[in-house]
Amino acid sequence: MKKGIAASKGYAIGKVFIYEEKEIIINDEKVTDTSNEINKLQEAVNLCREQLEKIKLKTIENVGEDEAAVFEAHMLILDDPEFLGAVETEIKNNHTNAMKAVEVVSKQLIMMFEAIDDAYLRERAADIRDISKRMIANLAGHTIGLEVEEDNTIIVAHDLTPSDTAQLDRSKVKGFITNIGGRTSHSAIMARTLEIPAVVGLGDITTYVKDGDIVIVDGIEGIAIINPDEQTKKLYIEKIATYEEEKEQLKRLIDVSIVTKEGREIEVSGNIGKPEDVAQVIANGGDGIGLFRTEFLYMDRESAPTEEEQFEAYKYVLEEMKGKRVVIRTLDIGGDKTLPYLPLPKEMNPFLGYRAIRLCLEQKELFKVQLRALLRASVYGRLAVMFPMISGIEEFNQAKAIVEECKRELEIEGLAYSNAIEWGIMIEIPAAAVMAEELAKEVDFFSIGTNDLIQYTLAADRMSEKVSYLYNPMHPAVLKLIKMTIDGAHKHGKWVGMCGEMAGDEMAIPTLFEYGLDEFSMSATSILSAKKILLNQ
Amino acid sequence: MITLTTKLNNAQGLHARPATLFCKEAGQFKSEVKLVCGDKEGNAKSLIALLAMGLTAGSEIQVVADGEDEEAAATHMAEFIQTFQE
Repeated sequence: MKKGIAASKGYAIGKVFIYEEKEIIINDEKVTDTSNEINKLQEAVNLCREQLEKIKLKTIENVGEDEAAVFEAHMLILDDPEFLGAVETEIKNNHTNAMKAVEVVSKQLIMMFEAIDDAYLRERAADIRDISKRMIANLAGHTIGLEVEEDNTIIVAHDLTPSDTAQLDRSKVKGFITNIGGRTSHSAIMARTLEIPAVVGLGDITTYVKDGDIVIVDGIEGIAIINPDEQTKKLYIEKIATYEEEKEQLKRLIDVSIVTKEGREIEVSGNIGKPEDVAQVIANGGDGIGLFRTEFLYMDRESAPTEEEQFEAYKYVLEEMKGKRVVIRTLDIGGDKTLPYLPLPKEMNPFLGYRAIRLCLEQKELFKVQLRALLRASVYGRLAVMFPMISGIEEFNQAKAIVEECKRELEIEGLAYSNAIEWGIMIEIPAAAVMAEELAKEVDFFSIGTNDLIQYTLAADRMSEKVSYLYNPMHPAVLKLIKMTIDGAHKHGKWVGMCGEMAGDEMAIPTLFEYGLDEFSMSATSILSAKKILLNQ
Repeated sequence: MITLTTKLNNAQGLHARPATLFCKEAGQFKSEVKLVCGDKEGNAKSLIALLAMGLTAGSEIQVVADGEDEEAAATHMAEFIQTFQE
């Protein structure tokens, strides 16, 4: 048995298929018949194009349009005169063999791209690397990619790339295990999207198994069991059956709404980071979006998103949710999240420093771009906006004043916004929880951000392994603050949501329900099991 | 050979998406089309060349077309650059 990181839920038993890239030896031999060599190159390119076209279609079908875009870029590079032309010239002028010529040219291009001071362009170096690898493999007559023939296969690999995972045939591949990777690595995310059980970060699992071995993938405990005995096998066959049955049962809850005995409706909503994540929330029967983390729109890029880009993103989510409530949190940057184009001062305690609303109130122009985009999008659905890291009413009032300023601007420009937007605050600073009853008079709703509330209440950094034992969502002090928040809001007829991990925690849900929490917001994959627990209350 | 001068307006410069569109658009013409900006120049039909030029917002650009449909190519591509507004 080997312990790794549980990357994607579920169990699978199957036969090992070790996926290894065969090493191709490229020699320096010169060729005399250069036109024949160029013909070979052309054939390899045509083959590449066919393969990429297939992978692209498969990805659109299995994963989505956006994920397929990378292969579109690969095809453009393949047809690029700068690339192919240079390879041909290398063959013609220097009598270099085709494989070597591809290697020489791609190395030059990769070096050129890697030297550019732009994160996006540096990534293109990886595309060129990927495509030349494919060309060289085709020239060598090697197969590239995952062609799985047998049913009930478990893929064992060092790591899986986007083109590998896109090609996974779900009817044959039951799970995969890899040497490297973590919960957020590309292969793990893909596994969850495809709903294939996976364990990653197993170290050197590829050296422990051989083709044809039987292996159990336990994507819940994060373990791989190699050649299990009959008893273990039987145990897991039962586990698989129960798991599948539970999954089926949960699926029946998609359209079920939760109403308490007293007739109070409870919303079970989803947290999203990117606009396209709404699809998963809808697929899992979410009653709305309880948290849209807009900072993801600002990350991994060289400049802040424009008003137009943000408007499109918010509008998309609001329209997709068809009138169900969408809670969008304004930019929450600082702490452990930074932006390349927004230099922040070095601080001793970034989590207690210049972040979230504190930063936005000072960087007013940056904030206004987002608020204008939100206001403009508000006419496309049921929008609620919340401000992060509010410690007292002054901050909320200041933020609202900027909102009013934006509204006036839009009126002058003749742009529409809705008057039905709900304005709320995150409760994540203990001071705000203590003062909840006062704050509730001014705001439309609260959303409790438990991740920060817990670490601030217990003064325990959740990233620090040494003190992580103190980080306890069920600590009486934390529970008391949550109860104060809910009671305070209800006293003034306001609703309270929770969008931290605690809201999806099976152990915490009954207590939160008892306290009268109105909305539970969690990752899409937890929605159905949360509904199940709530139904039993 | 025809040379037209134009300006890149969009805030992001000739980044991935516009460069991809631009490159596809240039591919329709038989003429050779290249972009010149200061001492940099690149084949407009090559995504790699366009990206490597790293054109930024506000750059003054010459569209140079050479071939049987050079006039149409230069005019169309110069106008096409103007449509980038993101």
